[in-house]
Amino acid sequence: MDLSILWYLVPAVVMFCAGVYGFVTRKNMIALLISLELILNAADLNFVVFNRFLFPGSMEGMVFTLFAIAIAAAETAVAIAIIINIYRAVGNTDINSVKQMKY
Amino acid sequence: MGITLPILILALPFAMFLILGLGGVKMSRKLAGVLGILANGCLLVMSYIVAFTYFFSGDSEFILDGVRQQVQLYDVTWLAFTERLVVNIGFILDPISAMMLIVITTISFMVHLYSWGYMEHEPGFQRYYAFLALFTFSMLGLVVATNIFQMYIFWELVGVSSYLLIGFFYKLPSAVSASKKAFIVTRFADLGMLIGILVLSYYTPTFNFLELTHNPGAVMASTGGATFMGASVLTWAMVLIFTGGMGKSAMMPLHIWLPDAMEGPTPVSALIHAATMVVAGVYLVARMFPLYLEVEASLLFITCVGAITAFYAAVVACCQIDIKRILAFSTISQIAFMMVSLGVARPELHDGMGYMASMFHLFTHAMFKALLFLGAGALIHAVHSNNYTSMGGLRKYMPITHWTFLIGCLAIAGIWPFSGFFSKDEMLAAMYANNALWGVWMTMVAGLTAFYMFRMYFLVFWWEENPHYKEHKPHDAPWQMSVPLIILAAVSCVAGFIPFGEFVTWNRLPYHIHIDWVGVAIPSLVIAACAIALAAWLYMKKNTKPAAMKNAFPVLWQAANRRFYWDEIYMFVTHKIIFNGICRGIAWFDRHVIDGTMDGLASMTQFFSLKIRGMQSGSVQTYVIWYFIGAVLLAAITWICLL
Repeated sequence: MDLSILWYLVPAVVMFCAGVYGFVTRKNMIALLISLELILNAADLNFVVFNRFLFPGSMEGMVFTLFAIAIAAAETAVAIAIIINIYRAVGNTDINSVKQMKY
Repeated sequence: MGITLPILILALPFAMFLILGLGGVKMSRKLAGVLGILANGCLLVMSYIVAFTYFFSGDSEFILDGVRQQVQLYDVTWLAFTERLVVNIGFILDPISAMMLIVITTISFMVHLYSWGYMEHEPGFQRYYAFLALFTFSMLGLVVATNIFQMYIFWELVGVSSYLLIGFFYKLPSAVSASKKAFIVTRFADLGMLIGILVLSYYTPTFNFLELTHNPGAVMASTGGATFMGASVLTWAMVLIFTGGMGKSAMMPLHIWLPDAMEGPTPVSALIHAATMVVAGVYLVARMFPLYLEVEASLLFITCVGAITAFYAAVVACCQIDIKRILAFSTISQIAFMMVSLGVARPELHDGMGYMASMFHLFTHAMFKALLFLGAGALIHAVHSNNYTSMGGLRKYMPITHWTFLIGCLAIAGIWPFSGFFSKDEMLAAMYANNALWGVWMTMVAGLTAFYMFRMYFLVFWWEENPHYKEHKPHDAPWQMSVPLIILAAVSCVAGFIPFGEFVTWNRLPYHIHIDWVGVAIPSLVIAACAIALAAWLYMKKNTKPAAMKNAFPVLWQAANRRFYWDEIYMFVTHKIIFNGICRGIAWFDRHVIDGTMDGLASMTQFFSLKIRGMQSGSVQTYVIWYFIGAVLLAAITWICLL
């Protein structure tokens, strides 16, 4: 069976919207981080799919995705470190307990 | 002559200023004093070499067919603004600048030496010597200026050093306000001078003195007969330039700063406010004399200003109590004498003798007035007060000061054979030659001079011994102070016999001085002698005659004592009229319009930022919602546009 591009894009959109929804509604910072990963993976999926269907002769989209995954791993490590420090400082991981950085 | 010495003459005092000014705090007092005095000694020797070479070498560079030449030893371009507006810095050597080199370095050296004793225990001794060096540098630069602009630069520099030295005791409020007064009044006068310079330079392409004075007719022609308010522009330019001289030389009505300038240390008064800086105005007129000759009206103006000032200052000097103020007013009066003498000088009247006499008096006056001020410093040093009421009968306690002071008084009173007699006699002869009115008027002033000087002399050295002497016995000053007194007294005794006309005349040709005994000398001598006798009769022994005289004319005495209310008039004009009438409006405009605009902008920004700052709530999820809405909107807009 020949899968059309929609078979790839629809899950990507679903992932993206789930990520955004999760980021806005969840209170736990770890959950926020997971939502963020969903958004990122949806974007990565788009890169790969468009590369595969629109420019089958080249590899830039694939390579870019590999880079993005690596960077995302590093970024997650940093975010986890920040969350751990916040946990040590305030005793929980609720996003609403860190609102000090404002006017 | 090479240019090494002339460059060194300017460089050495400036270097001393930098060394003492920057390194003074690290030096001991003794080192700073010795360094200052030694450097000034070198300067004295160098200046004497230059001046004597000029006058006596007979080199054709300096004297050609009996005419002394005006030589520019160097003249380098310093600032070239435009093709016409070029400022040079140079060194001119001609009779008056060579004469001034001698005067400045001599008096400066005496004052350096004297200050070593006088200022010994004052804090800031090193700073004092640094300022003296700065003044010496500026004054030398002024007299050797090759162009008006260089003169103007150094003119302001002497004003600054005068300001610094008057305000030397900066903890005294009176000294601070006196220094400000001196600076502001002279600066105000210099504004006129600057305008004059600009007017002149607008019509002639040069600032150079030689080019201006060698052909004054061409300068007049270059103005093309332009007039302003009924007078030719050259007249305006010359009178405006003279305004600067009026400020520096304390002519009426800009004289008010000089009496207050006596708040400075006494040696400074001797150097700056008696002998050198205050004659800068006279020097300025002498420097540009051929141009002044071209416009008779400006010379008449100078004469009138001088004559009025001379009389006014002499009357005020009769009623002062502070001995330094008496000397200050006598300085004003004597400088006015020189001004009148310059003003009445005409080439056809005894070959412009008034010019020579004015310069001669400048020379002798510098010596005897410095002597009198240094003597007054010794008196103040001894009794710790400026007022003659704390003195009296000092001749037994301070013989050196007494004798030297007496010589100074005789010189300024114009008694033969002291130096003042000769120069004053020449000036009076020049005035009689011009117009008998000036002659009679100034002879009267000369009589007053003799009276007030001997009034002070008798009140200080005779009258009655002050009872305080029993507790605190006054004594002669240390050698550093006595030596300059003796040297200057000796100079005042013999300077009159210098054949001054051989050296300095307006056309630089030799002029043989001869004293008109019958017409001028004997009458002025008789008047001076009568004035001295009157002073002796009134003040030699303690009596009630002076008090009776004072009570007979209380209003006049009070008015003269308060200097005819000039300071009050100035206060009224500045505080009541200018401050209220003009400054209040300007202040209102500044506060409400200019500040108001800026304040309005600031408060508007603040208002809006207060309104929108709630958006930065600190809640990350709110930011994400906003961001998401923004992204969707942007995408929508892009999509609509692409359709």
